[in-house]
Amino acid sequence: MIATAGAVVEAQSPPRWGARVWARYRRNWSALAATAVLLLVVTSSTFAGQLAPHDPYAQDLANRFKPPLWLAGGSIAYPLGTDAFGRDVLSRLLYGGRVSLLIGFVCSTVSAVIGISLGLIAGYVGGKVDLAIMRLADVQLGFPFIVLAIAVVAVLGSALPVLVGLLSIAGWVYYARITRGQTLRLRHAEYVEAARVVGAGTARIIVRHLLPNVLSPNLVIWTFAIATLILIESSLSFLGVGVQPPTPSWGNMLSDGRTYVDDAWWLAIFPGLAITVTVLAVNALGDALRDVLDPRLRL
Amino acid sequence: MQRLATMLLQLAVVVFGILSGLFFLLRLSGDPALVLAGPDATPETVAEVRHQFGLDEPLAVQYLSFLGQTVRLDFGRSFRYRQPALLMVLQRLPATLQLAAAAIVVAVVVAVPLGVLAAVRRGRFESRLIMLLTALGQAMPSFWLGIVLILVFAVRLRWLPSFGSGDLQHAVLPVATLAAFQVARLARLVRSDMLEVLSQDYILTAYAKGLPARLVLWRHALRNTLITVVTAAGLDFSILIGGAVVVETVFTYNGLGLQLVESIGGRDYPVVQATVFVVAIVVVLVHFLVDWSYRFLDPRTQGRAA
Repeated sequence: MIATAGAVVEAQSPPRWGARVWARYRRNWSALAATAVLLLVVTSSTFAGQLAPHDPYAQDLANRFKPPLWLAGGSIAYPLGTDAFGRDVLSRLLYGGRVSLLIGFVCSTVSAVIGISLGLIAGYVGGKVDLAIMRLADVQLGFPFIVLAIAVVAVLGSALPVLVGLLSIAGWVYYARITRGQTLRLRHAEYVEAARVVGAGTARIIVRHLLPNVLSPNLVIWTFAIATLILIESSLSFLGVGVQPPTPSWGNMLSDGRTYVDDAWWLAIFPGLAITVTVLAVNALGDALRDVLDPRLRL
Repeated sequence: MQRLATMLLQLAVVVFGILSGLFFLLRLSGDPALVLAGPDATPETVAEVRHQFGLDEPLAVQYLSFLGQTVRLDFGRSFRYRQPALLMVLQRLPATLQLAAAAIVVAVVVAVPLGVLAAVRRGRFESRLIMLLTALGQAMPSFWLGIVLILVFAVRLRWLPSFGSGDLQHAVLPVATLAAFQVARLARLVRSDMLEVLSQDYILTAYAKGLPARLVLWRHALRNTLITVVTAAGLDFSILIGGAVVVETVFTYNGLGLQLVESIGGRDYPVVQATVFVVAIVVVLVHFLVDWSYRFLDPRTQGRAA
């Protein structure tokens, strides 16, 4: 009897936030499509070791410039053809995806930690601290990041840790801006004032009361930042200041392929296609997340 | 006048901040003389570099002389070409500015009608097509689009040259490549801004008093969107310069971006430093121009203290 009454009450109360988000997500076809594409990309590069038909570094000079399977001269052994050293393009694409996705994922997350922290501090503490942080953001946003990255690489070289460090710094501004905005709005909310009245310190208010409430817009930014960072990484690798050969990355594969665009178009086209599809899917997911998490949210 | 002062101060902070950052980064990264001279340098070259940069002196002395040199606009000579680095960068600057300016003009001219159309025909086929194309435009790396354009228009159709710079023909593909991303960004921005403007009371009033739809759209609504467009195009100038670096490399277009990328291969640090300096100045100047143009676009901001 009591249990039934409880169930009735539960059914009448509005569904929980998580359930509402899930319901909206399931009905959003572009979110589903983007998720499917991303799952495919992530799985295929995670299991590159198992899926790749060839060793991505193995050179086979007898089989240079093999065209893709469906063109005259193509063979099933090299479904997407081979490059100037006879290396299998498909295998290199699968392995190349690892680097791009890992850099996008890791650097966006580190950016998020830096950006959200600075945004919370700027928004809550205010005053000169706020001014200094936001000025720094303006300066970084105003200066072409690629030029800065090239200059740093000129000094430090382009080892992977340097690259990861650089790209982790690249994205913090976007998080900081949105977090600061949210924090300014919440700073004088009743529950925050209440916490302050009962003696909660600045750190506690920021971590316990403000942080949870700025996370959902930052999830959207996180998605967009992954897409942007994949694009920046591939640009840097294309310019020769990113991931260094022979390690395959989509950007440096494209850079190699560019030399042979007259005769072997597939060398440049497939890596570019991989970048475009991945970035498109990540952006679509970001758009969808924004709609799903909070339809009123405008970023 | 006060704005000019603020701008100059900001300029100084940006330039000195970035150059100082590079200065200390270079000194912290082991033996800077070895780094600057490159992996294949002879001991004589390393010694020459050490002397040229005064790397044998204490850090404080080095920093002071670095500050002095920067104020005197002395960035040293290019290792490779033996010419003053700043001069080399300034010689390449006009080509890059032309590329960027042409791309902005093309982007605005294409993006504004697209954005307006996408807003007006919301939910219809045209709007969906535009949203799809702009999503694609934002996802495609510019260097890839450039290569695809080369493949189609230079290699297959043989209509346009695939590399070099100088005349109009050589500029078509680089400008198109550089503008594409910006078109996508601006068109989406115009669309969302337009959707908001179109729902406002004064637009309803304009319709209600019987003005033709075309007039309401292009006179009343678009005027308000213009500010958004100018702000975005101005702030995106730094993205555009970054994009130019990539696009110039794709098309071997003789701007400062190509030179910058080439100077990395040759470890030509003075050129890198001078490029950073010039780019910082150009970007801040553009932001100032954008700020200044608000006076004409939006009378409300007139006389507002900066």
